[in-house]
Amino acid sequence: MASRHVLIGSGPASMSAAETIRSLDSEAEITVVGAERYGYYSRPGLAYYLAKEVPEGRLFPFAPEDFSRLGLVWINERAVKVDPAGHAVTLASGRVLPYDRLLLATGAWAIPLDVPGAELDGVTKLDDMHDARDLIRRSRRAKSAVVVGGGITALEITEGLCSRRLDVHYFMRKDRYWGNVLSESESRIVEEGLARRGVRIHHFTELRRILGADGQVTGVETGEGARIPCDLVAVAIGVLPQKDLAEQAGLVCARGVLVDQYLGSSDPDIFAAGDLAEVSDPVTGQGTVEVLWNSAVVKGRVAGRNMALGQGQAYVPVAPLNVTRLAGSRITIMGTVGSGGDSDVQGIVRGDSETWRRLGSGPVVEAQVGDAHVRLALGDSTIIGAVVMGDQSLSFPLQELIGGGVDIGAIRTDLMQPAAPVGRLIDDLWMGWKGYRA
Amino acid sequence: MTATARLTRSDAGTLNHMDLFKTDRAKHATLARAWVVPEPSRCVQCGVCSFHCPVRIDVRRHVWLAEPVTDSKCLTCAECVRRCPRGLLRFQRIPAAMAPGTDPRDI
Ligand SMILES: Cc1cc2nc3c(=O)[nH]c(=O)nc-3n(C[C@H](O)[C@H](O)[C@H](O)COP(=O)(O)OP(=O)(O)OC[C@H]3O[C@@H](n4cnc5c(N)ncnc54)[C@H](O)[C@@H]3O)c2cc1C
Ligand code: SF4
Ligand code: SF4
Repeated sequence: MASRHVLIGSGPASMSAAETIRSLDSEAEITVVGAERYGYYSRPGLAYYLAKEVPEGRLFPFAPEDFSRLGLVWINERAVKVDPAGHAVTLASGRVLPYDRLLLATGAWAIPLDVPGAELDGVTKLDDMHDARDLIRRSRRAKSAVVVGGGITALEITEGLCSRRLDVHYFMRKDRYWGNVLSESESRIVEEGLARRGVRIHHFTELRRILGADGQVTGVETGEGARIPCDLVAVAIGVLPQKDLAEQAGLVCARGVLVDQYLGSSDPDIFAAGDLAEVSDPVTGQGTVEVLWNSAVVKGRVAGRNMALGQGQAYVPVAPLNVTRLAGSRITIMGTVGSGGDSDVQGIVRGDSETWRRLGSGPVVEAQVGDAHVRLALGDSTIIGAVVMGDQSLSFPLQELIGGGVDIGAIRTDLMQPAAPVGRLIDDLWMGWKGYRA
Repeated sequence: MTATARLTRSDAGTLNHMDLFKTDRAKHATLARAWVVPEPSRCVQCGVCSFHCPVRIDVRRHVWLAEPVTDSKCLTCAECVRRCPRGLLRFQRIPAAMAPGTDPRDI
């Protein structure tokens, strides 16, 4: 009998798992259960949709023929219960789906703001297509907005609303933006970019209460009692893996669903991937949550393979990387570059990896290289992390040097000299390494 | 109104490239023998590249499959390269003896 694979969630982790299962088993029954009526679309693309860079219809990576080629059964419903012993999933309609192997890929969702007034109409977030449409609809009438939170999503909302001509106030609890990942000069570059676009940044500012009339947002009150009128409050204070189904099924969970390196959960026939999975390191036992598109794709592939063939392929974490635009400048963050917490967020934010914040006290090199601002975190013999802002020519070599764990012994001392020619040193090392590999 | 503004801007961008080609034959020769290659691990499948391709090549699909844009229709106009918000598309010279339309996996 064909094996029955049920995948819960319709994001990139499920899609890449489905592709992998199909490539290994042409007979398998693959059923995708997704609660969102929009199906599979680019969630990071929502920011570009909000900023008017791409129309909604272009956010869908798969055409209908891609789905038929995969031979999926697609069910647009919420899964409400998993019964590991009975090998069955119950849907909201009461329908029961039996499975041989189950993938949980339910993603991570925004943490709601816990202040008086948070339930008012006009308090928004950006998790999914529904939210993006809602923000766009509201921005047609709204004149001003207050954004609270940190990380990439808070800025994407800020910039999106700016491009829709709202007056935007951005609240930060401390002295600078994304202080546990970016350096002071990097935060400053971002904040200057925001100011140029007309964003009003409020440092050391806490949102104490959201004010409203007739159930609608009319303004906010800060910790110091100042009142700012606004029509919208957008919240991006962090995300939480959606683990209710897993917890209720009795799977071992920490912040996400705990999985081993094969992405298997505590039940042998249930796997987890994407934002939901907390992968524990086989040596240290430390769990890592990542809220990154590409990590979700790679985890989906590994989980799919192990579901189709039985366990065998380990997930090898790649140096996590995100490249995005913050306030108009392109920025790539890779490897380990920061440490500590960020008072603007709770736990983890979108486009974030915990790996980025495990920096010890090793040397850091920060330099202006042409039109790029470059920061390197050095380990004993390798580059362990880097941030490249502006011109991205160095980010490709750095991605390979960090990902490949390339020995930098030959240039380490030179890199740390004042006014070192950082660009040339990196380029030469990379060319040499590539030549050696070829 | 916004759509018009965007079109004008995009036309201007394309024109600039055309001018460049007219005045710089060497560059044209290079680009005509180049194709767009992706760095797939940076892609979030947002579709901006495919949206801006004037000849409707589904660049995003090539990135998902980790393949260069081998489509012979490609004008090497660089719209997709310029527009990708993550800067993961680049031109690379086509290896000798290969032309657009060749499947790189056949080599
Ligand atoms: C605005 C925004 C910007 C982002 N920017 C970046 C970025 O710059 N870089 C980056 O790498 N990543 C970014 N991300 C994160 C990236 O989109 C996620 O890491 C990725 O989508 C995770 O994929 P996933 O498959 O784990 O889950 P998701 O894509 O979250 O999909 C999970 C799906 O499961 C469904 N679901 C949940 N519970 C159930 C249930 N019980 N039954 C049925 N279906 C259910 C949900 O409806 C959802 O559709 C961004 C995300 C957003 C929202
Ligand atoms: S524009 Fe860039 S990130 Fe978006 S789908 Fe195309 S290649 Fe990927
Ligand atoms: S270079 Fe121009 S024609 Fe070629 S794929 Fe990109 S946008 Fe399309």
